[in-house]
Amino acid sequence: MKLKHRNRFFYAGLIITGIVLLLVLVGVVYTPYDPTAMNAQEKLQGASFRHLMGTDNMGRDIFSRVLYGSRITLLIATGTVALGAIAGILIGAFTGYYGGRLDEVLMRVMDALFAFPSILLALVFVSLFGTGTWQVMLALGVAFIPSFSRIVRSEFLRCKNADYVKSAKLQGASSLRIMFWHIMPNCKNVILSAILIGFNNAVLAEAGLSFLGIGAQPPYASLGKMLSDAQQYMMTLPVYVLGPGLMIFSMVIGFSFLGEGVRE
Amino acid sequence: MRYIGKKIGMMLFTLLVVSLCVFLAFHLIPGDPALRQLGTNGTPEQLAALRHEMGLDRPVMVQYCSWLLGIFHGDLGSSYVYKIPVTGMLGEKIPITITLALMSFVIMILISLPLGIYTAKHKDGKIDHLIMVLNQVVMAVPPFFAGILLTLVFGMILKLFTPGGFVSYHTSIPGFLGYLFFPAIAIALPKSAMAVKLLRSSVIEEAGKDYTRTAYSRGNTTNAVLYRHVLQNAMIPVVTFMGMTLADMVAGSIVIEQVFGIPGISRILLTSINNRDYPVVEAIILGIATLVIVINLFVDVLYRILDPRIAKEDEA
Repeated sequence: MKLKHRNRFFYAGLIITGIVLLLVLVGVVYTPYDPTAMNAQEKLQGASFRHLMGTDNMGRDIFSRVLYGSRITLLIATGTVALGAIAGILIGAFTGYYGGRLDEVLMRVMDALFAFPSILLALVFVSLFGTGTWQVMLALGVAFIPSFSRIVRSEFLRCKNADYVKSAKLQGASSLRIMFWHIMPNCKNVILSAILIGFNNAVLAEAGLSFLGIGAQPPYASLGKMLSDAQQYMMTLPVYVLGPGLMIFSMVIGFSFLGEGVRE
Repeated sequence: MRYIGKKIGMMLFTLLVVSLCVFLAFHLIPGDPALRQLGTNGTPEQLAALRHEMGLDRPVMVQYCSWLLGIFHGDLGSSYVYKIPVTGMLGEKIPITITLALMSFVIMILISLPLGIYTAKHKDGKIDHLIMVLNQVVMAVPPFFAGILLTLVFGMILKLFTPGGFVSYHTSIPGFLGYLFFPAIAIALPKSAMAVKLLRSSVIEEAGKDYTRTAYSRGNTTNAVLYRHVLQNAMIPVVTFMGMTLADMVAGSIVIEQVFGIPGISRILLTSINNRDYPVVEAIILGIATLVIVINLFVDVLYRILDPRIAKEDEA
């Protein structure tokens, strides 16, 4: 009964994420309209067959912009998670395996980074290095390092005195080989689950930042910015708000269902 | 007690390091604030004079020390752009943001404690499953989207509040709190969902332990075991989570203030970032960092009160 329940989450996540990815992939080769093309004759139209999600205040096709914006969001999320995961896994592996002074210092730094709200860290980055896609990716990536390093470190602490590690050592395996060949495969489940949670948080954080006008700059579409533009047309054109909003929602819930299903 | 003293010492040291990091970050980046202010028309003499006036011609460490000393006197420097003291700019706004964050925090506790306990008690029941699925859904809604939907439903359709019609706490305290209610809900919802999930799994885990069985075998009722034994232990991870959440909520208010048009620190922070008005950004970042560090200390101490075992381990 329990297994069935979890699988339901997993399959629901798979389907939702699949649909989102499919839409984004199709959007790479084909969008119904140019996402940045303005059309003064067709401003603020409701949903129709010509414009599936209507048009915005500059006559741009919202559906095309949602597809484009989701691509940016996914790209940033992927970059963020990749950066956080690679750096975090390396830090976690070395600190967990070797311990000592370096471990003490790095873990205090990680604690401090973890406690500091990621959106604020991103704001600091942006005020130092300017607004833009890369800055956001870098800032969020750094903010995600602690979550990965912590779990990998604790896995390494648990595994480093296991019998199979001792036997590998006796056979003369180098420390690096033991770390990445023998211990790392045991961490793959926790890492996978952390990656899915990371995706989740990255999508939410990116959307929040672009809502504040930080991140992808106009005229390029980003889901968060579209929502902040849409706010004043909420009553007259609800589809303008719902389109980008539901897209973010589907991305996040897809990943979170997948994560829930994978966890056990 | 000695432990707390040590912790406070550590905290002061961390604060010093953080303030140095914040200061250096904003002073070592390329771009001369004096040049920016003067524009391209200034003569080198004017630039030198302005740099002297702003104190930028002194060594960085001297600038840092005078900035730090200033903070103790309640002087955070002056805005590069508006030429007025930062304390004056922020003084009016901070209570708004703090109230919003605290209100979200209280709402989160009011939602998550009963729901977490209920779902754990009725584990695998119909309502438990429903709440767990709802939880997952709520966690996936970005707070600002939730804010927009709340504005649409409660502001524009049901007319329970006037979107954009913020009431200052000088005018009317109830009006002020009333306006902040829906924004606070938007911030609190996803965090509550996480807290419910955490509390539920924590209670379920504790309920499977030996001491719980012992408590039952002594003839205690379910409620007695739950409230007198299980909950105390189950709350430990939840308290940690909630403590960290408080800092997140302050950061979360930045986005939500934009959605509801609340004149808190959000707008000042964003415009100052755009204008490269560093004294203002520095002050806000340092303020929030201090808050985070103090909250962490507080959680640490609370932890010890909830779980005396940790204190024993430390002393041994």
